[in-house]
Amino acid sequence: MSTGTTKLDVVVSDVVPVNELVTRFHFRRRDGDLLPTFSGGAHVVVEMRDGDRTRLNPYSLMGSPLDTREYTISVRRDDVGRGGSLFMHRSVKPGLEMVISYPVNLFSLDLRAKKHLMLAGGIGITPFMAQTAQLAGEGGNFELHYTCRTASLGTYADVLRERYDRRIRLYHDDREERIDLDRLLSTQPLGTHLYVCGPAGMINWVRDRAASLGWPSEAVHFEHFAAPQPGLPFDVTLAVTGKTIRVDEQQSLLEAIEAAGVDPPYLCRGGVCGQCETNVISYDGKFIHNDHWLSEEDHRSGCKIMPCVSRFEGRSLVLER
Amino acid sequence: MGITFRKETFRDDFTFKNSPEHIRRFPFPFHEDSYMYAVNIEPHVVGPKGSVLENLIDVDEHYVAEMQDRALVLAEDPLRCQSLPHMTLAGWDLLELLMEQQALGYPEHFTLTRDGDRWRWINRPLGIDDTFTFGDTSTLPYGPMEYITRQSQGDFCILDQRDGNLWMDAGMVTTQADWSLDFDIGMNFFEWHAPVPLAHEKGIFTRALKFLTNIQQGKPARRLNWTMTINPRLDTSPENYHKWGPDRTTVTPENVGDKVHLRVELQSFWRLPRSNGIVFPIRCYLIKMDELVTQPKWARRLHRVIRDLPDELANYKGLTRYRPTLVEWLSKLDDGSATSPGFGPD
Repeated sequence: MSTGTTKLDVVVSDVVPVNELVTRFHFRRRDGDLLPTFSGGAHVVVEMRDGDRTRLNPYSLMGSPLDTREYTISVRRDDVGRGGSLFMHRSVKPGLEMVISYPVNLFSLDLRAKKHLMLAGGIGITPFMAQTAQLAGEGGNFELHYTCRTASLGTYADVLRERYDRRIRLYHDDREERIDLDRLLSTQPLGTHLYVCGPAGMINWVRDRAASLGWPSEAVHFEHFAAPQPGLPFDVTLAVTGKTIRVDEQQSLLEAIEAAGVDPPYLCRGGVCGQCETNVISYDGKFIHNDHWLSEEDHRSGCKIMPCVSRFEGRSLVLER
Repeated sequence: MGITFRKETFRDDFTFKNSPEHIRRFPFPFHEDSYMYAVNIEPHVVGPKGSVLENLIDVDEHYVAEMQDRALVLAEDPLRCQSLPHMTLAGWDLLELLMEQQALGYPEHFTLTRDGDRWRWINRPLGIDDTFTFGDTSTLPYGPMEYITRQSQGDFCILDQRDGNLWMDAGMVTTQADWSLDFDIGMNFFEWHAPVPLAHEKGIFTRALKFLTNIQQGKPARRLNWTMTINPRLDTSPENYHKWGPDRTTVTPENVGDKVHLRVELQSFWRLPRSNGIVFPIRCYLIKMDELVTQPKWARRLHRVIRDLPDELANYKGLTRYRPTLVEWLSKLDDGSATSPGFGPD
């Protein structure tokens, strides 16, 4: 069976510049109905028709789950990225008809928590916009620490302060403000769950400190904002469909497989959900595993690859697909 | 045209019966002449008219009687319905799902009207007409999960998803085949499947969990499972083993057709939108051997399946004691001819 996500036909109802790097996009359903209910931390995959190329990027839903008349996402422009965010910034205007996936949540709140402690870095704020709205509606106990480079790049910091006042703490890199992480993590009440979303370095820092301070891993939740990394082009043979394809420098293996007309399953396109896992039939070369799904043993075995984020360098690669 | 609801019992005098149309729509679970475990999961999409898949949540002629039986079970043992505190939101998700699906499939029996978060629910077969505030538990006579599952056929397990696993943290379980919510509540997927033989070694549960944790909103899935029950009892729980366990010793060549029932569970799996939980409705269908063998294909095939079932499975399903009697009785209806492919009767 196909495990691809169910699609929604939407129209861009508004495009709002937020600051010099971030733009917010609003989507409504083309048929005027309500959009599906979702939960804080969910993302949608946005399909971008960029000439003869289809780009598929995941973005967190940042509106309140209590209001599904529209979905909102915020996109940070990446001038040296693979082009998805530039396409969103340059080509997506109000009135454009687009296709997005149903919401998928891989960064769910643990509703058992007595308190939710949230740490956001940069554009990693977006899933917390929805999570805080959800928790505020239910009278939940949360506290959000948000680090950004400068006050002007503190996306939605003003909105959050306005809504939640002292439950929000801001840190600006240019003022050399830094979260006193050890103190924060060692003074939480029992039953607190920790959520972190931001750059990989921040996630690793927070997870390491939490582990060394004795936090159980089940109480530490994180979401990587990892886009597929570019790399050297390589060729792949797809055994089931008998196709041989080339993966470009700026393209992910998953995108190349899709461009060849094969419809593989996916959910996160960021190496965490496991949905696109593919068996390797044979190879001569080396894998560049960028995923967080496979075990180290799987990585060493050479038997599996996550085509959404991982690459290959070498003479030949045959996948079961 | 509405459903004619039967007046019948699943205990004491056991007046449960399937009408002829219901015999033909029975979800016979064997597509070939033998049975082994498989992760036989498929998309839960609407199936042929007149089948149990005509609607994604099936309501049938046993609805009212089943709901009366559920109320009796709960009156004796309230622990058949439990919800850990963090699962209330998932209960609201389930209430919405079941009200929507029942109203969509059976508008002559159920009506849901919404005005923002003011909802009105009319359940004509049970004589209910309630207005409540969605999300406000104080506006319903029970918690949201209990309220709606007292009005929906089948058992319901609500699973919380965290740490890459599923946790049985809420449920309404009164029509089960020898397992207990009170025992399993709080357990994860591997813990509550621990008693199942053979399947762990085959890696079935690891694969099934991977599939289930990836179930997406708007794309439910389903599978069939089966066992056998002596007398048409819906409640064959460990708590009541002393009532139904001894029934197994009462099967004789004379009463096989009336006493032995094939029990089929249509299990479906749905992602819940607000809580990100998974609900796992387990809908139980019963059919006595006399009814089942009115379809010659099913009679022939069931004979071969039961005869050739591995002993571990027969034991696990509790068939061992009466299997020879049943096989002998079914063998007389098996002329040895080939059965046609697929589940349906000829």
